[in-house]
Amino acid sequence: MEEILRVEDVSHTYQAENGEVNAFEHISFTVRRGEFLSIVGPSGCGKSTLLSVIAGLIPPSGGRVLVDGAVITGVSPHIGYMLQRDNLLEWRTILNNVLFGLEIRRAKTPQNIERAERLLKTYGLYDFRNKYPRQLSGGMRQRAALIRTLATGPDLLLLDEAFSALDYQTRLTVTDDVYRILKRERVTTLMVTHDIPESISMGDRVLILSARPARVRELLSLDFGPGRAPLACRTHPRFGAYFDHIWKELSTDETS
Amino acid sequence: MRHPEPAAWPAVSRQRALYLRRRRRRACLIHTCQIGFLVLFFAQWELSARLGWIDSFILSQPSRILATLRNLSQNHLLTHVGVTLYETLTGFVLGVLLGAGIAVVLWWSSFVSRVAEPYLVVLNSLPKIALGPVIILLVGAGAKAIIFMALAISLIVTVLEMLAGFRATDPESIRMARTFGATKRQIFLKIVLPANINTLFNSLKINIGLSLVGVIAGEFLVSKAGLGYLIVYGGQVFQLDLVMTSVLILSVMAALMYESVAVLQKLVSRRFGG
Repeated sequence: MEEILRVEDVSHTYQAENGEVNAFEHISFTVRRGEFLSIVGPSGCGKSTLLSVIAGLIPPSGGRVLVDGAVITGVSPHIGYMLQRDNLLEWRTILNNVLFGLEIRRAKTPQNIERAERLLKTYGLYDFRNKYPRQLSGGMRQRAALIRTLATGPDLLLLDEAFSALDYQTRLTVTDDVYRILKRERVTTLMVTHDIPESISMGDRVLILSARPARVRELLSLDFGPGRAPLACRTHPRFGAYFDHIWKELSTDETS
Repeated sequence: MRHPEPAAWPAVSRQRALYLRRRRRRACLIHTCQIGFLVLFFAQWELSARLGWIDSFILSQPSRILATLRNLSQNHLLTHVGVTLYETLTGFVLGVLLGAGIAVVLWWSSFVSRVAEPYLVVLNSLPKIALGPVIILLVGAGAKAIIFMALAISLIVTVLEMLAGFRATDPESIRMARTFGATKRQIFLKIVLPANINTLFNSLKINIGLSLVGVIAGEFLVSKAGLGYLIVYGGQVFQLDLVMTSVLILSVMAALMYESVAVLQKLVSRRFGG
């Protein structure tokens, strides 16, 4: 498979009032088109910062990030970035919220609007397009936020703990939902999470980071066979073994 | 069926009808009390004056105010009201536009806002009326000085109020816009401004009152017309009916202006789905 993202020896140090903080150093990995990569690590290890660097929101202190062979120097139209909260704007209708990204990128062309409407139709939000965010359930809001990102047609999607603000039950169904949408739209995805089961249930591979300054500890390939679904994965016999493995990797780090 | 679907219920359940009726009755009662209090107040005032409990020469009385009003309406009342209204509205509009403009600049540049901070704090607590004589010497004794006074009183409050609102905008929304590569201008126009429609109107409401205070204070100092002029004049010639009448007209004016802002707010926030 063709490679879409290449992270090359990326390090990041940020300046705080009481000194320098080494968030992560010498991180390298690649992601293939259509792949789903989960990133886990102990809390505070700079997972989110890594995502911000890949998104082009923060320039790295060292190394470089390439998407489709081009070095990232700022926010790239090839990358979609989804945050923890849906951040739907309360004063916009769902349709106008979904078109927000296109509006910011000055790409509200008839084709793109049509694409956004098609996404709303496919994923059951078209009837709600003239409603306001507060009239929707948490799961629907998250779906609307995903469509807002997908409407800009990204090649690479970054999910930053995108489900952690939801309650547990909604979270499980939304995870399934989102996974189905992403696979169907063939979007390459990088997901940062602190939830090990979530990382296993969605990821084709799991990137395990060490404590700060974070380094790549292991890049684990998961195999659940074809036609997997996040919710069904959780009962797969191999699920427990993967969980134990990642758990051990993360906890040896904390005790050392 | 033990758990019927909501659609199986009659259009409005009995509890709901009861709840709605109770709410309506309460709203009605509040209105009645508000109007009743006003009527009672004026009736008591008139009665106390007629029975000689209060000195109507100093405190006036509703019937005398009505007479004064009738007399004034043949004596340039509208001119006086018009002058005060014009000065207030000019001061108000200038205050809002300038205040909003300055707040935008301060939001935009954290450097400028850090530099301006101590000055804003001092200017905010400074009694601007103290600057009256200087203002008169600076822009001349006339409507200009009065408008300037209204501006001086309302401007800093507007700036502080709006800036606080801009700064309180949900940082996560701004981050979301950044992930799409939004420029600072886009962030302001598409996130910060619409998120602050209510802040904007609240500061308009405060501003209406402050502009009026500024105008009256200005008219006390320099004026040949206006309600503030009538008040000062009435006090000087011991025509306290005139003072009371002007004060009453002022209250009505303030209420009307406040109400128009409130109506405008309702219209705008409906457009923004608030």
